[in-house]
Amino acid sequence: MTALAPTSVWKVGVVASVHTETPTGRSIMIDVPGWGGNLAGQHLDLRLTAPDGYQAVRSYSIASASSGDRVELAVDRLPDGEVSPYLVDELQPGDEIELRGPLGGWFVWRPELTEPVQLIGGGSGIVPLMAMVRAHAASGSTARFRLLYSVRTPEDVFFKDELMAFASSEIEITWVYTRATPAGWATPAGRVSRDILTSSTIPANENPAVFVCGPTGFVETVADLLVELGHPAASVKTERFGGK
Amino acid sequence: MNHVDGNVLAGPLSELFSVDMTLATGRCVGCGDESVLARAMVYESGTDLVVRCSHCDDVMMTLVHTPGDLRIELRGIGMIKVPL
Repeated sequence: MTALAPTSVWKVGVVASVHTETPTGRSIMIDVPGWGGNLAGQHLDLRLTAPDGYQAVRSYSIASASSGDRVELAVDRLPDGEVSPYLVDELQPGDEIELRGPLGGWFVWRPELTEPVQLIGGGSGIVPLMAMVRAHAASGSTARFRLLYSVRTPEDVFFKDELMAFASSEIEITWVYTRATPAGWATPAGRVSRDILTSSTIPANENPAVFVCGPTGFVETVADLLVELGHPAASVKTERFGGK
Repeated sequence: MNHVDGNVLAGPLSELFSVDMTLATGRCVGCGDESVLARAMVYESGTDLVVRCSHCDDVMMTLVHTPGDLRIELRGIGMIKVPL
């Protein structure tokens, strides 16, 4: 017999709906009896079992932040991925998957925090930041929120309509396009740079809490630049999800 | 293979500890740095994990699954401080 903490128990979730977000990504609503809610920024472990018994486990950030038994994921298909192609191309409403969580108490934002918050996301790194934006709106928090969102092209934006709606009321959003911009966009396509961080993020002297999430290379570049710009390393929290 | 943050340890370590170990502070034997495990660098191979110090890159901990067992080596962690 093993004594297991509640979060370490695998639960069975049922896919409620799927929604295409980008040419390579989708969001997935899952009902998980006994889930009981999660903090903004937390993740879960997802386990798939093949007919021959082979199991694969992956961690995914949670896009939702609520007290209920429904969680939303958003997944980008990795070309050589073992799990993400199945989640993006094959998973259907009614399918069952095993989940463990909510997990991680470090990369989280709590509504009682009042300090300014700078969110920086690359690609599907928007997912845990989206949970924070939603929690900010739902709680009526007056903490200043600013988001810098880097995507390859305008088609690669997750949660586009919802973010556009929040942009007018809740948060300041800066869009960075690394490969192709919308028509008539003022700045050419390019990666997040020191200049962009200087002009479009909350400066270090305002002591923001900074959350950076995206591919490992993106996160390391941005985190290093932030420290160069005077942010204490302790104020910059990162979530690398691997990839290129 | 690309590394990720210590955040990813939350699930695997929940099989062993009843508290969130990503919030625990670990001291690296190699360089003496003390950081929360969420900031460590984690290299994944299937369900096996190698945890390295984010400052000096020394191996702090490995978790290896064998049929029926989970084998943990803590050779690079001199101290773990857990918030209560």
